Amino acid sequence: MIETVGLTKKFGDFTAVDRVDLSVREGEVLALLGPNGAGKTTTVRMLASILKPTAGWARIAGYDTVEDAKMVRHMVGLLTEFPGLYLRMRGMDYLNFFGQLQGLSRPERAQRSEHLLKRFELWDARDRRTGEYSKGMRQKLALVRAMLHDPQVLFLDEPTSAMDPHSAKLVRDAILELRRDQRTVILCTHNLNEAEMLSDRIAIIRRGRIVALGTAAELKARLLGEPVLELRLAQPLDGLLEGVQELVQVEDHGDTWLRYRTAEPERVNPRLLRQLAERGTPVVTLSEVPRSLEDVYLRIVNE
Amino acid sequence: MAVSSVRGTLKRSSLSTALIITRRELRDSLRDWRIIIPILILTLIFPFLMDFTATVARNFVLRYGGANAIIAERLNPFLLLIVGFFPISFSLVIALETFVGEKERNSLEPLLSMPVSDGELYLGKMLAALLLPLSASYLGITIYLGGLYTTLKWLPQSALLGQVLLLTTVEALVMVSGAVVVSSQTTSVRAANLLASFIIIPMALLIQVESVLLFWGEYRVIWWIIVGLIVVALLLVRMGVRTFNREEILAKEMDDLRLKTIWRDFWGYFVRPPGLATQRNNTASTRFNLLRIYTRDIPALIRAEWLPLTIVLVVLTGASIVGGYYATRYPLPMGSIQLDSLPSDAFENLPSVGILPNFSTAGIFLNNTRAITLAALLGVFSFGALALILLMIPLALVGFFTIEVSLLGYNPWLFVAAFLLPHGIIELPAAIIGTAFALRIGAALVSPPAGLDVGQGFLLVLANFCKIFLFLVVPLLFIAAFIEANLTPQIVLALYGAR
Repeated sequence: MIETVGLTKKFGDFTAVDRVDLSVREGEVLALLGPNGAGKTTTVRMLASILKPTAGWARIAGYDTVEDAKMVRHMVGLLTEFPGLYLRMRGMDYLNFFGQLQGLSRPERAQRSEHLLKRFELWDARDRRTGEYSKGMRQKLALVRAMLHDPQVLFLDEPTSAMDPHSAKLVRDAILELRRDQRTVILCTHNLNEAEMLSDRIAIIRRGRIVALGTAAELKARLLGEPVLELRLAQPLDGLLEGVQELVQVEDHGDTWLRYRTAEPERVNPRLLRQLAERGTPVVTLSEVPRSLEDVYLRIVNE
Repeated sequence: MAVSSVRGTLKRSSLSTALIITRRELRDSLRDWRIIIPILILTLIFPFLMDFTATVARNFVLRYGGANAIIAERLNPFLLLIVGFFPISFSLVIALETFVGEKERNSLEPLLSMPVSDGELYLGKMLAALLLPLSASYLGITIYLGGLYTTLKWLPQSALLGQVLLLTTVEALVMVSGAVVVSSQTTSVRAANLLASFIIIPMALLIQVESVLLFWGEYRVIWWIIVGLIVVALLLVRMGVRTFNREEILAKEMDDLRLKTIWRDFWGYFVRPPGLATQRNNTASTRFNLLRIYTRDIPALIRAEWLPLTIVLVVLTGASIVGGYYATRYPLPMGSIQLDSLPSDAFENLPSVGILPNFSTAGIFLNNTRAITLAALLGVFSFGALALILLMIPLALVGFFTIEVSLLGYNPWLFVAAFLLPHGIIELPAAIIGTAFALRIGAALVSPPAGLDVGQGFLLVLANFCKIFLFLVVPLLFIAAFIEANLTPQIVLALYGAR
């Protein structure tokens, strides 16, 4: 659905996006992570046919973002970092305006607006001026605008940043539903939990280049090494440690617990448990130590 | 996404798309009391004040005799102009913030992400800035005329009314198109407001000139002003459409003048060969090579600028023909030019004419180089038009005198061969090339070179002008000046001198 090859954008001598190669399939949610100024917004602007690449190319559903700019803008919905509403307009009028520009007929505009406004709990505020909306409501209305023409591809820049937990959940649910409906979503966010929760793959961009791309699990394995497992016992480790170390490399331990790293948990764990059972050592838990995407992210951006 | 909607949007005309934007902006303006109240005052109250002023002024003037009635009568069209102008001044306020204001409020990017072309956006915004103040202006004029008719039974002639309506419309168009250019090229409303003086000052001067002309009753000249304003408006609209692009609006964060960067870019364009001028990272091409400049750069630049060269040639030919035509209309009396027996000191007396500092190589050379430099400078402020006009004058004079001497019975070909050809064969091409590149400087504001914004495009054509001027025009003008000061007089005296 989205394909880029050598996508580059320079502003004078400054390279904002540097040879980005990306392929996002239909129905996939890709989280684009990176520090401020890394090139996320510029990448999205190029994909949405707002900026022209200095080099390389991008296609959305087979349409070139430069040659077929108008078509691409039909295919995509863009939620910008700042909602940027027309504050003197009423919510419904605002959607009507953008629906007209997208070429929706009057009944289509009315139907889609009603559906989405109800879905995001803005229906009751539809006749209020957007200047009277709260920050979260403005953000939701901007999202409704991006989704109004039912685009194949959505670019969402910080979609939940200004929202209360309830509204944020509405938006997250909507993104998951979009994925189920085979819509492609590029999600720019600093909320790493959200990125992990919603996305199929994650791309980390730094100084204009994609420096890591893969599923959350793949990135963790690649950057944080083998999974770490934690074994908790019902009694002290006394005398057990030597035996365990023959099987695995113990990284850390306390009185009744130890942590080890292994690339083959399916082979190592049963043997370890069997050994403990043979010795009659009661096991409380054996579990993988959760590793956050934040660790992956910080490692990459601090490199 | 509904396929029907895609087809519908692709089929939709540019005007209907632009009008969607216009309607929204108009509604926004109509909801803003800061725009509506002043416009209402200027439309509904100001014309009555002007009516009152006209009546009081008329009565005052007539107290000093009926002969002064013309002063009172000439006041009416002047006030008509003023009543029409004040509401359209609001178009400037609306237009100035049309792009940059939206950028500041972060509402521009969603608009730019719509399937709308740059031209449609531009047109929609321009119409929005134009329609409300212009409608208010027409309404104000109607109220003023209604009042005048009621109190003084005065109505303008249809031609005068047409002139004022056209002037008002074209002035609004000039202000709006200029302001939209400013708005799309600046980074903040503050910067746009500061730059608005470049529109306000010429318009204020123009209004003064128009007022004087209306008092004098020089209505013919006003038609020329209208034609001139239409040309300026068209140039500004074209400039706006060519220079407006989403990239510039979104990417530009600062618009301060960085002299170091400007100099670096200019120097890069100047030293690099034309084909590589915009390749900043190509350091190999920045070596200054005189042989390369003469063998490759200059021929390439001249080939690339064939259009301005053709325009200059056509215009100059036209100027010569017009000069010749005026010679036939205003022939000089017989004997006014005596070429039969020029005294041997004929050229020594020339400095006293005062056209040239002195009739020497240095004097002629300085005069000609100054003229080309002036043409480039004036070209910047006139989209290149004044650069052309400056060279048209001498060519029109050449045409004029050639035909005059012909009418006086002399051989015009011999006249040209003696007085013009020896140095003109070098001087004319130099002047034509110099003027063509000066014309390109002015045109760069309307039509920047492909792939460059207005600023960079201007620097590139300026660098090209400097290169051509220093390495081609100046040497040629020096040679021509030497010939004109030393060889041409000998040839003239040989052919026409006393024997």
